[in-house]
Amino acid sequence: MKTVKHDLVIVGGGAAGLRAAIEADDHVDDVAVVSKVRALRSHSVSAQGGIAAPLGNLPENEEDDWERHFKDTVRGGAYLVDKDACEILTKNARENVVELEHMGVPFTRKEDGHLDQRPFGGHSLPRALYAADSTGHAIIYALYGENVKRETTFYDEYFVFDLLTDRQKVNGLVGYEMETGELVLFRAKAVILATGGCGQAYDITSSGRASTGDGLGMAIRAGIPLSDMEFIQFHPTGLKGRGILISEAARGEGGYLLNGDGERFMEKYEPDAMELAPRDVVVRAMQRELNAGRGVNGEDYLHLDLTHLPREKIERKLPTINDLAKDFAKVDPSRQPIPVQPTAHYCMGGIPTDLSGRVESSDGAESWDNLYAAGEVACVSVHGANRLGANSLLEAVTFGKRAGKFAARRAAGTEFGKNGRDILSRYESKLNSKLNGEGSVRVHELKDKLTSIMTDSAGVFRNGEDLESALLGIRDLKESYSNDLILGDRSKSFNTELRSALELENVLNFSEFIVHAALSREESRGAHSRTDFPESDDENWLAHSRLIRVRSGEIKVDYRKVRAKDEREEYR
Amino acid sequence: MEDISFKVNRYDPDSDKGSYYQDLSLKVEDSDLEKLTVLDCLIRLKEEQDGSLTFRHSCGHGSCGSCAMLINGNNRLACETYVTELIGTAGPDIEVSPLPGFPMVKDLVVDMGTLFAHDKEVKPYLIDREDSDTSEETLQTPDQLERIREARDCIMCGACTSACPTYWDNKKYLGPAAFVRAFRWQKDSREKDTAERMDVLDDKSGGVWGCNKVFNCNEACPKEIDTVGIIEKLKRKALGF
Repeated sequence: MKTVKHDLVIVGGGAAGLRAAIEADDHVDDVAVVSKVRALRSHSVSAQGGIAAPLGNLPENEEDDWERHFKDTVRGGAYLVDKDACEILTKNARENVVELEHMGVPFTRKEDGHLDQRPFGGHSLPRALYAADSTGHAIIYALYGENVKRETTFYDEYFVFDLLTDRQKVNGLVGYEMETGELVLFRAKAVILATGGCGQAYDITSSGRASTGDGLGMAIRAGIPLSDMEFIQFHPTGLKGRGILISEAARGEGGYLLNGDGERFMEKYEPDAMELAPRDVVVRAMQRELNAGRGVNGEDYLHLDLTHLPREKIERKLPTINDLAKDFAKVDPSRQPIPVQPTAHYCMGGIPTDLSGRVESSDGAESWDNLYAAGEVACVSVHGANRLGANSLLEAVTFGKRAGKFAARRAAGTEFGKNGRDILSRYESKLNSKLNGEGSVRVHELKDKLTSIMTDSAGVFRNGEDLESALLGIRDLKESYSNDLILGDRSKSFNTELRSALELENVLNFSEFIVHAALSREESRGAHSRTDFPESDDENWLAHSRLIRVRSGEIKVDYRKVRAKDEREEYR
Repeated sequence: MEDISFKVNRYDPDSDKGSYYQDLSLKVEDSDLEKLTVLDCLIRLKEEQDGSLTFRHSCGHGSCGSCAMLINGNNRLACETYVTELIGTAGPDIEVSPLPGFPMVKDLVVDMGTLFAHDKEVKPYLIDREDSDTSEETLQTPDQLERIREARDCIMCGACTSACPTYWDNKKYLGPAAFVRAFRWQKDSREKDTAERMDVLDDKSGGVWGCNKVFNCNEACPKEIDTVGIIEKLKRKALGF
């Protein structure tokens, strides 16, 4: 057991965490990033298509400005976007992407040397800056380099399981070093959670295996609410079978979606925007085609057709998906259509924060003293009920930067809190009881059951009956997790089975929140489509859900109005 | 049904004195065979046969660089190596070991501390920006970007450095991965101070001169980066050309 101390501890080494660390370095001496995988292995590296900013670098988007970007984002988010947060996102987009460029991100350029831009779904003008189609990789590598330059401390392959809290204040974190199994107490004056997404709740997902919503789990256990968890985005084009992301850039560059009859079916659903409608619209259209039996060969997939595009364009602008299609679907995109299906992609909800990234308290009245969250784990609500493509990297750097600044300032003005003496020995017992469990059910067996429940009941379309039974199913699995678990590995060193077990506790907990939130919202909006409540109901439901686990173990739900006055007419 | 036979390196630092190979086999439906990667098999072996089998993996599609290992004598990413490429030879179909040249931690997991420490030594960032006005984008032409396109594809999986005989003998040698990363920043048109990084690369023991052009690195790279070509360019730069 060991204890370490840092002014600011950031959990997660993806885009939001790394950007936060850079900003924090300007305000405080001692910043540490703790991550269960090395920063360069974070799932942000898999972001492909782009990062949105209204630069107006092209003749066709010269008139673009932050207000258009703002309106597109609000409209795409089905009006559940908090307008104050969205204003920050879009107004500062230029500055924030130019900063990335100055850190060395190899963005694709026009012949004249200026940053190039490409169209993306739901954006009324081409707005996405991109680095071929590995924009996330390009950004993460530059942010990491900047952190190396600033000598940020990295705890690589340390798994964090809990926040240590005292009323509305966090004093640190408990985790362990993967390689040795040694428990570590991270004492901190301020903490930022930047643990990323939660796609691992679904069986077909574009998320890596590390996207297990650990920050969501920590929040739930600490009595922190989660907001808008019913809004899970399914990306239209996951590679058939594996769910690997095939970027929206493929459609931005001119790709078509075809059903089994070879029909460009988006004509029926969205004749103007076609394949570049917002993701929730496209994915519902796809699911309807599949449900009607119009999949390719009657199976559960459709075609993304790029064969009409020049081979040279595919190779130059979409090299990653060209390789992915060849490696994982055995098709050559310039000659054959790519088999695709909806894939769980992004969580619009998360830990509610104010505009500085500070976590809001359970009653929403005031914020936590020194706990912050940014990136996919957070819900400052710039995406509302459906995120536009290329807005997530922008959110991660924008609000990562803000959280870094405000958390560091907070850390500079406060002292280390105190933790109970026996904290580590309590966690030692918890770990040991996991390791030595004498049950009969393995981690993957429970996880497979959970992901099939989530996929069947909390997917693109939902209904009350399925959600009710999903809730019961998840509660059974939680019972089983507590009483019947047995690990296939009992060693202390680099025990990946133990890590999976701890992650599964998080996945079970936030999945219950997703289902509960979906069951509570009796309307359809953005990514949340209830077949038993197919209409949007602004009168009753233009509000963010907020769920919290109360002491009895039950989940309590309430709703908060969308921030700023409702200016819907103006944004239509 | 097809039976795929495996020979897998095992080592648990808590209980084993040394590493050994374990024979395992996996029954696979014929129709699944061509969809199956080595990573898929390892996951199934862990789930169905031995939960203590340990390996790293994350994205599952060749982006995160977690799952590089020695597969039938070649450093490969397990997630994009299909079993159909491997089966049908004499002996066990698939032999899996941790990346050579790095200290073994457990089973197929190695300690990559040195790889990342060497990466830091070559300063993987812009040391001094050519253009100090941060409010406007720095111009960079497609041709300038093209010079770093290949090197910037590196995913730091370690396959190249692990395959390098010079690195096996001399752990101070920065190794091909660090050189690719150095080149990516050295040749960025936005980089002003290239001398500071060049000093590191020109070092007698750790620098580019240790490269004997064995080409193992080129063969190992999952992104098909011409690593030796990049090192040769750095050598010429060190000589002042």
